[in-house]
Amino acid sequence: MHVPDGLLDVPTSLATAAVAATAVGVALRKARDELDERTAPLAGLTAAFVFAVQMLNFPVGVGTSGHLMGGALAAALVGPWTAVLCVSVVLMVQALLFADGGLTALGTNVTLIAAVTATVGWFVIKAVLAVLPRRPASVVPACAVGALVSVPAAALVFVMLFAIGGNANLSLGTLTATMLGWHVLIGIGEAVITALTVSAVVAVRPDLVYAAHGLRPALKLRDADGILVDVPAGRETVATRDSRGLVVGGGIAALVLAGVVSFYASASPDGLEYVAGENGFLVTARDHVVGDFALAGYGEVGGIPVGVAGVLGVVLTVGIGWLVFRAVSRRSQRSDTRAQSR
Amino acid sequence: MGNGHSHLLFRHGDSLVHRLPAHAKVLALLGFVLIVVATPRERVGAFAGYAVLLAAVAAVARIPAGFIVRRMVVEIPFVAFAVLMPVVSGGVRVDVLGVSLSQDGLLSGWNLLAKGTLGVVASILLAATTDARALLMGLQRLRLPARLVEIAAFMVRYVEVVAAEMHRMRVARESRAFHARHLGHLRVVAQGAGALFVRTYERGERVHLAMLSRGYAGAMPVIDARPTRLAPPVLAAALPVAALAVAWAGAIWL
Repeated sequence: MHVPDGLLDVPTSLATAAVAATAVGVALRKARDELDERTAPLAGLTAAFVFAVQMLNFPVGVGTSGHLMGGALAAALVGPWTAVLCVSVVLMVQALLFADGGLTALGTNVTLIAAVTATVGWFVIKAVLAVLPRRPASVVPACAVGALVSVPAAALVFVMLFAIGGNANLSLGTLTATMLGWHVLIGIGEAVITALTVSAVVAVRPDLVYAAHGLRPALKLRDADGILVDVPAGRETVATRDSRGLVVGGGIAALVLAGVVSFYASASPDGLEYVAGENGFLVTARDHVVGDFALAGYGEVGGIPVGVAGVLGVVLTVGIGWLVFRAVSRRSQRSDTRAQSR
Repeated sequence: MGNGHSHLLFRHGDSLVHRLPAHAKVLALLGFVLIVVATPRERVGAFAGYAVLLAAVAAVARIPAGFIVRRMVVEIPFVAFAVLMPVVSGGVRVDVLGVSLSQDGLLSGWNLLAKGTLGVVASILLAATTDARALLMGLQRLRLPARLVEIAAFMVRYVEVVAAEMHRMRVARESRAFHARHLGHLRVVAQGAGALFVRTYERGERVHLAMLSRGYAGAMPVIDARPTRLAPPVLAAALPVAALAVAWAGAIWL
């Protein structure tokens, strides 16, 4: 699956290298949230694990053997950002110390094998977990689906890159069909191994499976009479981030933008209005139902200056948003308590 | 991937290429491979010139041809891809030994084979003349993010340990008369992988605690930043400059 030198042309390789560098840069920043200050030793050891697991051959039949790619597996075990880091490091070491995968294709390989498989795998795992019952065992089928989807997804991205910068005259339809066919088969193998591996880890150390965080049932206490009770509310310490600074700062910024900067805004129509006018379909747009309302068109329709209109707009938007948010959060709280009482 | 990964490609020696600083060698390799990939596929002579350049580097580094050829097995998958290309490509067909092949596909296959092989041989030469520690320090000098280099350092340091752990598990399985013969045995192998992850992760936690107790504060101490007797890094530029000359000569020739 490693892309060699010369399969893609120089501009495409440079573009994928930029994508890969961005992905690794973001992953370096985000991985700290997943592993805190233990990042270096744990990510390094996990990279060694991915490397070792890729050596683990298994018979596929007819005398051939396959091996794991490990992007989705790493994402399930240590979280998506750490997984991107680990697999990228594995690819870098393979290219430099093992001559496996070309150096000019390193960006392509990191993009395909690290970034695409880990992120696609992770999002699929999260999506599947959202519909499955909340317990650690649900991770196993979720990981199977995640691994199954991640491999053809990487193959599709490869076909896209090949269509842009491939040095060959292959019919795109045939290439897509062949790549997808093969990689669905490979994905099935990947899915089986990933699911079995994750199930083995969940059985002994469910706390080590990142995807299973928050899936364990709530803590129950046994009181003096031997009856199981929920932990009383307020006992559990929930870390809430103080968002007051963000709210105040953001509010001031929005009011300044609306009240002051909007005086300097262009009076010309925006892009879509311009195109619509050029093509003559602007006349078909009817006036808005609140067209006669004092603030309509953000202008001085009712004699209200544009800055005041902006400030009023911000206040109104915030107010409506707050009401909607309150209504939604209250409803979800109620459904939570109903689910608990059942 | 087989067993090729279980040991490094490094071949101990004391040649001029061995003594070049690692960061210069990585840059030289990158420059060389970029020139090779950018060369139009019709310039067959230029590719021959590149091959001669790599042979010269191997001779200076005193790396025998057999060593390189044996380690070229990593390119087998894309050789298969290159061989298939003339059969499946579109465009004008030509008859070669009675088989109808695509002319464009022949060129594409040749292109992939030539550039891929040159890239693999150049990478083998880097790996054979640079030990892992020097390479990691070279990457640090190339201003790769320190954390990334540190992760790579931990990986390189522990990959043998993890591989040995996996080998012990296999010995344990096989001494109980287990052999993976069909897909049904995948479960056992995957459970081994799961156990390997738990052991590796716990080893990482232990390593981290041991480091903390020895005063680790976020960065590894560098004991000898400058190893003795290094060749001047400018010498590494000889390979990409010569490759550029070959490419230029090839462009004038045709």
